[in-house]
Amino acid sequence: MSAKTREARADVEAATVEVHGVHKWYGTHRVLDGIDLTVRPGEVTVVLGPSGSGKSTLLRIINHLEKPEIGYVSVNGELIGVKRQGERLKELSERAILVQRGRIGFVFQNFNLFPHLTVLDNVAAAPIATGRLGRSEAQELARELLGRVGLADKTGAYPRQLSGGQQQRVAIARAIALRPGVILFDEPTSALDPELVGEVLAVIKDLATSGTTLVIVTHEIGFAREVADRVVFIDGGRIVEQGPPAEVLGTPRHERTRDFLSKVL
Amino acid sequence: MSEPPGVTVTFAEAPKTDDPPQPLAAQRVLPLRRPGRWIVTAVVLIVVAQFVHGLVTNPFYQWDRWSYWFLRPTILDGLLITLQVTVYSAVLGLAGGVVLALARLSKSPVLRAVSWTYVWVLRSIPLIVVLIFLYNFSALYQTLSVGIPFGPAFFSFDESRLATDMVVAVVGLSLNEAAYAAEVVRGGILSVDQGQHEAAAALGLPKGYQFRRIVFPQALRSIVPNYVNQLIGLIKGTSLVFYVSLLDLFGSAQTMGSTYPGDIVPLLLVVTVWYLILTSVVSVIQFYVERHYARGATRGLPPTPLQKLRTRLTDLGARVRREAAV
Repeated sequence: MSAKTREARADVEAATVEVHGVHKWYGTHRVLDGIDLTVRPGEVTVVLGPSGSGKSTLLRIINHLEKPEIGYVSVNGELIGVKRQGERLKELSERAILVQRGRIGFVFQNFNLFPHLTVLDNVAAAPIATGRLGRSEAQELARELLGRVGLADKTGAYPRQLSGGQQQRVAIARAIALRPGVILFDEPTSALDPELVGEVLAVIKDLATSGTTLVIVTHEIGFAREVADRVVFIDGGRIVEQGPPAEVLGTPRHERTRDFLSKVL
Repeated sequence: MSEPPGVTVTFAEAPKTDDPPQPLAAQRVLPLRRPGRWIVTAVVLIVVAQFVHGLVTNPFYQWDRWSYWFLRPTILDGLLITLQVTVYSAVLGLAGGVVLALARLSKSPVLRAVSWTYVWVLRSIPLIVVLIFLYNFSALYQTLSVGIPFGPAFFSFDESRLATDMVVAVVGLSLNEAAYAAEVVRGGILSVDQGQHEAAAALGLPKGYQFRRIVFPQALRSIVPNYVNQLIGLIKGTSLVFYVSLLDLFGSAQTMGSTYPGDIVPLLLVVTVWYLILTSVVSVIQFYVERHYARGATRGLPPTPLQKLRTRLTDLGARVRREAAV
């Protein structure tokens, strides 16, 4: 690891994420029904739950891609997407929300790389566009990050020339280029061929050991057992139970958790 | 192309042969002969040859007069006007189209309604009506002024001095072009995957950057072919500016034709050839622009005509060598 990379890793301050009484509904359909969750700095939290349970919505509310109907989210004590005015919460300007999102990394199930930009430009885009780094510094950082995810030789390629696993690793490099205090993963391996899952999980595991706060929605129970500090099980828009993986995955207290685990294991 | 009905041979009816099946050597399969295709090709070639022969030999076309007129200064002046009007209107029309498309896609119902109404009205009025209406505009509004709406004016223009024939032509064509361009641009923007908007938002890219560097370049892939189609219509549409007394390519030829009535056919041919050249140039540019915006959309870029020719020649060489070796 070069001195520069170590520096890049060192100044990432792991963030605390707090979700307070979040409700979300679409019309009459309740997606989230009062979620309270605290993720401590550097902690790796895996969110499990049946499909339609609201896991992805929870992640998208944390970086304000979706607005909660009731409740709020804070990262390192800073409210996300809203500001406090006396006893009221007021919506922030779009510009301010975009700045906040720079401190929260997000990795999509479908990668969503920018297909018209090279791999290097995909990773360098955000630091340049947000004015954090000059073009050459950003590209240098992008090269280092791509080396870290094992794609140093693919800098000039376009996303569609890569395999799914490689694309997802680029997406992870892109998400960490802004040195976020927390990274959210929305089913990062669900769109991958089985033999490509391992390479992506290895990169996430590497991030987990580097001390960044991670919140991961996944169906990879084995990975959760190995990497997670805490497992949160969600069903019907509520947290059913949470705790260390050995507890939630090994000796679940709730019927619904047992039921779910028996289906996926 | 397809087999005639009734000759399908099913496996069961296949005639039995006495030869035991021999293992075949790996070999090239003989291509199917297609005599029908050869006959149709020959007929088409004969018709084309007849047409070309008539075009060259029929004295009605007066090709000597054509070559007399083709590079006359009056014609070239007209060509220059056509080019100017086309370029200005294409640029202004596209810019207007982008603005209208963004208004149509905005969250404000007023902007959406205004944009929709503009497109509705301008697409409904024939271009010639718009042009002649603008030509008489100065009679309706003598002065244009900038100031507080419904309040005092800060400064004003004399409309009849501002509205030269060129301005009237460009404004008319741009207004019309913007309405069509708006739909082309809107379609392009809608064709960009929702995930791209989300990824750009999740990275916190500033709003303007999201549009200019992420969404619009991807939208251009579907905008370019549609807008070029539009552009070719515009090139020919400029011939209408003759009716607002601007002497473009068509206008010049028309004027010359009324002075030299015997030369009307060669003059029309001059105009035809020039429009052909203009649209051909646009098509060539289109190919390279599309190729540019195809970066990353396909695994490899489509070959340029030169590259295609080169591979064809190499293939041909290889084939000749192979046939010679057999």
